[in-house]
Amino acid sequence: MTHSVNQAIRIEELTYRWPRQCADCLAISHFTVAHGERVFLHGPSGSGKSTLLALLGGVALPQTGRIELLGQPLTALSAHARDRFRADHVGFVFQQFNLLPWLSARDNVLLPCIFSTRRRERAGDPQQAAARLLTHLDLAPALWQKPAAELSVGQQQRVAAARALIGQPGILIADEPTSALDAPRQQAFIDLLLAETAAANAALLFVSHDVRLAAHFDRTVALAEVNCAATEAAT
Amino acid sequence: MRAVLLLALKSAWARRLTLGIALVAIALASALLLAVERVRSDARASFTQSVSGVDLVVGARSGAVQLMLYAVFHSGSATNNMRWESFEALATHPAVDWAVPLSLGDGHRGFPVLGTSAAYFDRLRYGDRQALTFSAGKPFAEVFEAVLGSEVAAQLGYRPGDHITLSHGMAELGPEHADKPFTVVGILAPTGTPVDRTVHVDLAAITAIHLDWAGGAPLPGLAIPAEQVRKFDLQPQEITAMLIGLKSRGDVFRLQRHINGYRGEPLLAVMPGVALDELWQTLATVEQTLFALSALVVAVGLAGLTATLLAGLNERRRELAILRALGAGPREIFMMLTVEGLLVTALGVFLGAALLAAGIVTLGPLLREYGVHLALRPPAANEWGLVVSILTTGLLASLVPGWRAWQISLADGLTPRN
Repeated sequence: MTHSVNQAIRIEELTYRWPRQCADCLAISHFTVAHGERVFLHGPSGSGKSTLLALLGGVALPQTGRIELLGQPLTALSAHARDRFRADHVGFVFQQFNLLPWLSARDNVLLPCIFSTRRRERAGDPQQAAARLLTHLDLAPALWQKPAAELSVGQQQRVAAARALIGQPGILIADEPTSALDAPRQQAFIDLLLAETAAANAALLFVSHDVRLAAHFDRTVALAEVNCAATEAAT
Repeated sequence: MRAVLLLALKSAWARRLTLGIALVAIALASALLLAVERVRSDARASFTQSVSGVDLVVGARSGAVQLMLYAVFHSGSATNNMRWESFEALATHPAVDWAVPLSLGDGHRGFPVLGTSAAYFDRLRYGDRQALTFSAGKPFAEVFEAVLGSEVAAQLGYRPGDHITLSHGMAELGPEHADKPFTVVGILAPTGTPVDRTVHVDLAAITAIHLDWAGGAPLPGLAIPAEQVRKFDLQPQEITAMLIGLKSRGDVFRLQRHINGYRGEPLLAVMPGVALDELWQTLATVEQTLFALSALVVAVGLAGLTATLLAGLNERRRELAILRALGAGPREIFMMLTVEGLLVTALGVFLGAALLAAGIVTLGPLLREYGVHLALRPPAANEWGLVVSILTTGLLASLVPGWRAWQISLADGLTPRN
């Protein structure tokens, strides 16, 4: 049995039901992601993916069971403390429209340093950290001062990745981050993400319905297999 | 916290066009409300203080308001005059300290001409018992000398030594008393009262220019040259009204009763302070209606702000979800929205006050012609009160979108629903 401290994400005997629904939407008996592990979670739409993200983000709480991030049980925290925890330890990359369109690319990357003291401190000099990340993610300096709205979708996703990584959060959660990209760019983006999370020694939970993208991950898990609620509903 | 507020500012700046329109609406509404308040307090002050230091105003029996209108504001006309004998009898009454006759009816290029005695300049007070002062020259001493109110002099460009002629009646093109020109000997300092718009001459001069007149026109074949008028008795038969100062203010009601029951002819005596207050009261409904209307306009402006923020919120669901993912709590989201609304309100009120100041500078001189004197000054206590109420209402109006954003951020979590 793995000790919980070694796990970035640990879920035990969890059930979740949205308000005013009679059946559980999510029921996970056991799911873990180790520190620095990069996991591909295969989840077609309707498999409880958004619910899992809401639970991992701490914006929803399970009715029963445990959910721990970096050894911290989220159920033990107040709503405000969960917001703080998310700001400090979790970086998110969504499908698209990740950025505040009226901020420059660089200022978007710096956003987590506004909401989290811990990440600002860990970034050292946030401006330099942002510049370093943007350079690594292959975004030309000429674009840094541009409003995010003027960047291409691919550029926006790279800025979003830089934002999720700044200040070295322990966990990176990516929800279909490549679905708005064309096929050749998809793999390039995943490679960047894998390299950067490895460099930051962060755990990566990459959620996608497209199983073809799973090639370079440490482990692939199908949400349908983990989620007993979905299995029951399907049968 | 400061960084979050800065973020709210940047977000608002990105929507500056729509917010700007809401801001302009609030600015115009605030300017209107502040202007109505300013006009009503300043106009009231300049109106009710247009005469002080006078205990009674006396004229032929009519209404108190009408008497005040022609005796103090020189507007409208007396239906009847009072006899000179009545003036003399009252002026020598033991309770009376001083009495000044007033005779109206002629004009000079649209400004009323007041025939009176030189004592008028010593006795009349305005505002907080301030005496009339001369900015140039001195009171009239001869029959054909005139003293001008500050605006008459300023508008017509007169200086002491200039010659003017009076016209019969107030019409600007009425028949002229062209044969008897007056010399300007003095110009009064501005008072902000009807005095500024008046040409003052000796009571004897009014008689003098009408010696060869009858029924409002020169008598044919009878022309009395100006230098010969001294030979005539220039004592008037009638005057329009008189001002009375008492030895002791305690006698005012007794003398008022005495005059109102005067046996010689039907007279009316009014206490100017009381009458002016009453006169203002007749305007109170207008004033209150105006105030209520402009308060309503402010409410409409703030409702517009709420609508703008609420409408914008649907397009900003993604923005809210992103902020949530970054660690913003519903409380911070609520604050960002509320601060935005409050900021727009505050800027609007500030802009409104600036608009009012600009309006006073540009339109002030125009309003002076109508007797409304607006001074450029920092907001008074009552205006600060209004500013605070607008801000409070703005805060309440901003709580609605704030509360809605709170709800959205709780319902949407990290994934916006559209």
